[in-house]
Amino acid sequence: MTSAVEIAGITKRFGDVVAVDNIDLTIADGEFFALLGPSGCGKTTTLRMIAGLEFPTQGSLKIFGDEVGTLPPNKRPVNTVFQNYALFPHLNALDNVAFGLKMQGVDKSTARRRALETIDLVQLTGMDARKPSELSGGQQQRVALARALVNQPKVLLLDEPLGALDLKLRQEMQGELKNLQQNLGVSFVFVTHDQEEALTMSDRMAVMNDGKLLQVGTPEEIYEHPSNRFVADFIGQTNLLEGRVLDSETVCLANGEHVTGISDLPRGSEVAVSLRPERAHLGPLDEIHSRQAAVDGVVESVTYLGNARVYHVRFDWMVIEVREENRPGSTLHEPGTSVSVSWDPSAVSVVAD
Amino acid sequence: MSKLLDKTASRTAGSAVEPHGWTKGVLLANGWLVYAFFYAPILLLVIFSFSDSRNVGVWGGFTLDWYEGFVDSRQTQAALWNSVKIATVSTVVSVVLGTMSALALERFKFRGKQVFDALLYLPIIIPDVTMAVMMLLFFAEFFDVLNAVFGTELRKGFSSIALSHIAFSISFVSVVVRARLAGMSSHLEEAALDLYATRWQAFRFVTFPQILPGILGGALLAMTISLDDVVITQFVTGPGWTTLPVYVFGLIRRGVTPLINAVSVVMLMASMTLVALSLLVERVRNVGTNQRRGF
Ligand SMILES: Nc1ncnc2c1ncn2[C@@H]1O[C@H](COP(=O)(O)OP(=O)(O)OP(=O)(O)O)[C@@H](O)[C@H]1O
Ligand SMILES: [Mg+2]
Repeated sequence: MTSAVEIAGITKRFGDVVAVDNIDLTIADGEFFALLGPSGCGKTTTLRMIAGLEFPTQGSLKIFGDEVGTLPPNKRPVNTVFQNYALFPHLNALDNVAFGLKMQGVDKSTARRRALETIDLVQLTGMDARKPSELSGGQQQRVALARALVNQPKVLLLDEPLGALDLKLRQEMQGELKNLQQNLGVSFVFVTHDQEEALTMSDRMAVMNDGKLLQVGTPEEIYEHPSNRFVADFIGQTNLLEGRVLDSETVCLANGEHVTGISDLPRGSEVAVSLRPERAHLGPLDEIHSRQAAVDGVVESVTYLGNARVYHVRFDWMVIEVREENRPGSTLHEPGTSVSVSWDPSAVSVVAD
Repeated sequence: MSKLLDKTASRTAGSAVEPHGWTKGVLLANGWLVYAFFYAPILLLVIFSFSDSRNVGVWGGFTLDWYEGFVDSRQTQAALWNSVKIATVSTVVSVVLGTMSALALERFKFRGKQVFDALLYLPIIIPDVTMAVMMLLFFAEFFDVLNAVFGTELRKGFSSIALSHIAFSISFVSVVVRARLAGMSSHLEEAALDLYATRWQAFRFVTFPQILPGILGGALLAMTISLDDVVITQFVTGPGWTTLPVYVFGLIRRGVTPLINAVSVVMLMASMTLVALSLLVERVRNVGTNQRRGF
């Protein structure tokens, strides 16, 4: 099966700025693919190169097997939902949605029918005569979606489509978008800087930083086995315990304590042990479980979250965050008490830079 | 007219605070003062254009003779037509060229862009007289060279006036259209390209409708400036190509009669009609969108 998008060794420079630095990426047909990274890391630039709005400085880009390198955007079987929607202000919703069909020379009545169908699909029935200025943010977003989908693109590119919506609407749209994608079976390339959005929506995702592609995988792979320090820190919450590799299953922390941590890095490599707050447990000092790694510390603060408590535990030179589910009978550790922070050795990952 | 202006003002200043007490009184007085300052001379001009006396400052009873004189005079007729022809041609050409340069400056990168940008605004900064002398010299030399090389018989007149007007109108059109373009996100054009439009279609169906108000505004400005210009036209005009303002200027030198008032009132009416029309168009467009909000 040919993949929807195949990016090989692509670099994009703007003068001295390297916006995208030699990335390789393959996106499968029918996949919901999220492109995640902090602001300015090159997500939009990558998307724009797939759309043809920017041409790569170097490298090869294929869409369904065809090299598209410098093909203009109007010759590519992809459509974009822009970061700020970019609806045409002088056209009503119907004409906005029908625009792409008209440009392709589809006859008027067919274009109108298909545009109305798509407006129904995004649940804007009856709003076809409104101008973008007469629609709410969420409704504009749907028009932008319909305007792209009506052309039945082989790949739909979405640049932070939910970025401008409030939390409630955002969560609603996340569900709808995911359903839509599954029903249509079209590949979605979804840019976001919200890691939760990427984790919950995507089939596979890529994490970018500073123009580089750091890791590609399923949300689970990326959360459970981050390939480096940045990914571990960027995806979800984590504690990074600095240290050096001692052997293939031991890390010597910066204060000299030894903890279990599996890695295939050479002895002496500077690494960090990534410990997720919800994977660590608090217990009294003398509570030693076999087969558990543990460090001792003093509770510094407790934050009550309703469904959980977050403890900050001072441990020599650093503070570790621990999240305890709020179950009946779970003990409260007051600030100032000495505690033991323990975890299952298989629950941590060892990451280098 | 002033009602129309008031309406637009109140529409744009939606969030303004209603003044109270003496603030209100002072503001009101100020308003009337400004209006008096603007309109008193115009009112006098209009009144005395109906005065049956050769002396401009003296009321000699009501008459329409001066208007009759204006309509009957072959010279004023010819001058009026010259003005209209020149204004039309220079407006059309400068709108096309000004819009194109605005697009180039706002949407494309090219070598020498900054220099072009700076030079484009020169005609707005240079004093009219300087520009006029430059034009005079230019046409004297340029037409001579053309005539010598190509055997043409170019003389100063329509072409020299129209070219001069085009030369300075381009800057004005370009400034107005650029302001409009700057307010329009370039993402709109990209969206059009992404939706299978060619570059031309993206311009035709997206950019053009967006900047049309700017283009119309620029055209109005170019036309007004061309119809008004005395200094430059006087320097580059040739036999048979006296424009209306130049003609009025000539009349004044031979003594001021209410005929000048009548001609001025006609010119005033023409420009006010243009402005009123543009406001009206704007109003109709707004009403249109408001009605559509209904469902
Ligand atoms: N047209 C351009 N000219 C010069 N530099 C650019 C241009 N477009 C992007 N850049 C630079 O390239 C880098 C990547 O930009 P990009 O827009 O791809 O980031 P992003 O990941 O989409 O960020 P955000 O989350 O803020 O949208 C940035 O440093 C940006 O300043
Ligand atoms: Mg972006």
